[in-house]
Amino acid sequence: MRKILVGVKRVIDYNVRIRVKPDGTGVVTDGVKMSINPFDEIALEEALRMRERGEAAEIIAVCIGPDDAQQQLRTALAMGADRAILVKHDGPVDPLVAARTLHAIAQKESPALVIVGKQAIDDDAAQTGPMLAALWDRPQATFASKVEFKGETLVVTREVDAGLETDEVDLPAVITADLRLNEPRYVKLPDIMKAKKKPLDVTDLASLGVDAGSPAQVVRWEPPAQRQKGVMVKDAAELVDMLKKKGLI
Amino acid sequence: MLIPRRDIEFQVFEVVEAEALCARERYAAHDRATLDEVLGSARRLAEERFLPYAALTDVHEPELVDGRVRIAPEARVALRELGEAGFIAAPFDAEVGGLQVPQVVNQACNALFASAHVGFHGYSMLTQGVANVIRVFGSDEQRRRYLPGLLEGRFFGTMCLSEPHAGSSLADIRSRAEPLPGGLYAIRGDKMWISGGEHELSDNIIHLVLAKVPGGPPGVKGISLFIVPRYRVGPDGGLGADNDVRLTGLNHKMGWRGTVNTALAFGPNGECLGERIGEEHRGLASMFQLMNEARIGVGVCSVALGYAGYMNALAYARDRLQGRPLGQRDPSTPQVPILRHADVRRMLLAQKSWVEGGLALELYCARLMDDLATARDAGEGARLHGLVELLTPIAKSWPSEFCLEANKLAIQVLGGAGYTRDYPVERLYRDNRLNHIHEGAYGIHGLDLLGRKVPQDGGAALAALAALVRETIAAARSDGSFSQEADQLDQALGGIDAATRRVLGAMAKGEAERALANATVYLEAVGHVVVAWRWLEQARVATRALGTAGAADRAFYEGKQAACRFFFRHELPRVGPQLALVASLDETPLLMPDEGF
Ligand SMILES: Cc1cc2nc3c(=O)[nH]c(=O)nc-3n(C[C@H](O)[C@H](O)[C@H](O)COP(=O)(O)OP(=O)(O)OC[C@H]3O[C@@H](n4cnc5c(N)ncnc54)[C@H](O)[C@@H]3O)c2cc1C
Repeated sequence: MRKILVGVKRVIDYNVRIRVKPDGTGVVTDGVKMSINPFDEIALEEALRMRERGEAAEIIAVCIGPDDAQQQLRTALAMGADRAILVKHDGPVDPLVAARTLHAIAQKESPALVIVGKQAIDDDAAQTGPMLAALWDRPQATFASKVEFKGETLVVTREVDAGLETDEVDLPAVITADLRLNEPRYVKLPDIMKAKKKPLDVTDLASLGVDAGSPAQVVRWEPPAQRQKGVMVKDAAELVDMLKKKGLI
Repeated sequence: MLIPRRDIEFQVFEVVEAEALCARERYAAHDRATLDEVLGSARRLAEERFLPYAALTDVHEPELVDGRVRIAPEARVALRELGEAGFIAAPFDAEVGGLQVPQVVNQACNALFASAHVGFHGYSMLTQGVANVIRVFGSDEQRRRYLPGLLEGRFFGTMCLSEPHAGSSLADIRSRAEPLPGGLYAIRGDKMWISGGEHELSDNIIHLVLAKVPGGPPGVKGISLFIVPRYRVGPDGGLGADNDVRLTGLNHKMGWRGTVNTALAFGPNGECLGERIGEEHRGLASMFQLMNEARIGVGVCSVALGYAGYMNALAYARDRLQGRPLGQRDPSTPQVPILRHADVRRMLLAQKSWVEGGLALELYCARLMDDLATARDAGEGARLHGLVELLTPIAKSWPSEFCLEANKLAIQVLGGAGYTRDYPVERLYRDNRLNHIHEGAYGIHGLDLLGRKVPQDGGAALAALAALVRETIAAARSDGSFSQEADQLDQALGGIDAATRRVLGAMAKGEAERALANATVYLEAVGHVVVAWRWLEQARVATRALGTAGAADRAFYEGKQAACRFFFRHELPRVGPQLALVASLDETPLLMPDEGF
């Protein structure tokens, strides 16, 4: 039966107001609440529903992150993943490194499907899924808002600029989850306790033979410019004038 | 807004040390990570399913439509999720389907739910209470029949004590229970103020009803307790016929409108069947034995509502620009956020010291209950039980006064905006106003504390409490950083001791009315001393933690220290004159001629 691999990234909780460190080397994470990337929660929820419908047998949650990321994997196990793998890595996770890591695990585990969030809310890169598909040389369907098995293929409705697009991909494949794919479940208390007994393997990039180098280099972190004070206009005509002057219409 | 994560974490794990409980057999299935996860799950549910509907259910209160109660459908969704996630079952024994989550964590979750939407939370609070009564006093058969439905949230519970003419004085209830052949009783009577008395939110409603069996002794000694379901329940838990419980009206309340409040008639057609729970004529005693938990639950609601108000006031004060610092006369300089003004800071600190002090009080009581559930021997059990009994009227009442006061100041911080329905602070005030009244009115708890709990067992519980407070005093003196506060607390303890002696002396002479005339003042003063003690503990924990804290945590811990100092300087000094008044056995209210009012 099918295995599904789900990428679970540890990110700053969406409720936290992000602060850039004064020296521009990153953002403040000290004492800040961390959570599963919300899009990855959606990815996991979709996998759980597939298993509940009998379309998959096993769900493996994978996280690349520090030791503390076991917390997020525990949440994933409490939501219903069967087992978890932590690939230890300190500091920011580059999408290419994440893709290489998932690729290495995919080669070991031979999943029928890898589902990841369409993007992570920390770097908003939206690259891990596509890069993984390229490295693995398998089809991909990004920004999925509906996914259905049709025999050994998957019918995916994608959210694109023009509306919705339907693709059919062969398995194994990579899917990235969009917001409307589903609404993740609430963790049930008994499942939190059961999660303690589920396997959580810890490994690292070197053991998987993953190259931690990346062609992308982070130069500096800066907060976005403060929003300018608004101006009041007296009527629609003045508004249109202003927008024209600013070259916005 | 919800109670912030950082304070829950501080109070649950750093102050009452929930993680240490996991070393005990009862809680061995848990560890820090599972407890974190439980709290995280509660927060998410509260944020997504409770909070967004708090204003809605205030405006659209429950309605009577064709004899049925109509409530916003979001209530059913939220409560189904809550039950399915296991939050009602959380603190119960595994043996009856519970998860043995420590009370400190259960009550912290309850505080989160109540801060998000106290109306929705009301149903689960009542259901936990009813399940607890059935767990302790029910027969095996009754537990099998009713507990699974209650713990899974398919059945909701109610507590039917009050009647139209009998609220504080339950001795005077008139509801009757006639024994029938076969062991059941025919129930007949009118009940008033019943929260959750009729609705379609759950498959069934399990009423716990106080009624008198004819031929019993008069007064409270003749009251028995009955399980009366809305729909009869078969031995397998399946639902049967309608049980003749009729809705006679809805009460239209000032606040807390998310929980429907009803007047009910039991057996208007003579077809209402009840099962007795516990011994005949011992109903009130059974009920009260379990009231401690329910009353601490009410205290938790008061704290949660006060806390939600404080969070809103704080956010507003950081944003609202108004005025300039005193001494800055130049109108071309920018205005400052009102947070900069001394009086606004005073109001915010007062709120912080009341709501965080209140939370510390409730979680301390919850911790005592966890200790009681895992007591090593009968002696320790008796001491802990005495402490819980003594602290219950305080845990119920103190926040109902001072966290309500916090809601008042939250409105004040928002100025005119606070008086409108555009902001939640006026609703939070209205919601919280109930806590002063139900589960025993404020004055009744004063009498309970001074007339019953303090003299009980030769004053053993008060002595045990004083010993604990003295331990903290001694520790604070040796730490050095809060030794002035330690001295102040010591002096306040002395004041309690003197006032208590005078009152007990007068009671021994048979002057009960005079002795207890100022019981409410005593309740308030003892409450302040207990909260001051919990503040001193919080400050000690914060001071220790500061040594290794990172930048974000530093501000948090320094805030705790400042709030502790504030409480000792602005609040605790009230108790000296209050206790002196109690000790003087002042009779002014008693001597006032009725015609003089
Ligand atoms: C919204 C709401 C929900 C409620 N939910 C429930 C429920 O689910 N189940 C239930 O059984 N009841 C419920 N109650 C009833 C509540 O417990 C009673 O209102 C409360 O016990 C007070 O009773 P009463 O209203 O009859 O007031 P009274 O008893 O008439 O009291 C009026 C005032 O007199 C004072 N007083 C009365 N007797 C004495 C005395 N001996 N000494 C000193 N002072 C005294 C009281 O402190 C109070 O200030 C609810 C009430 C409300 C408003």
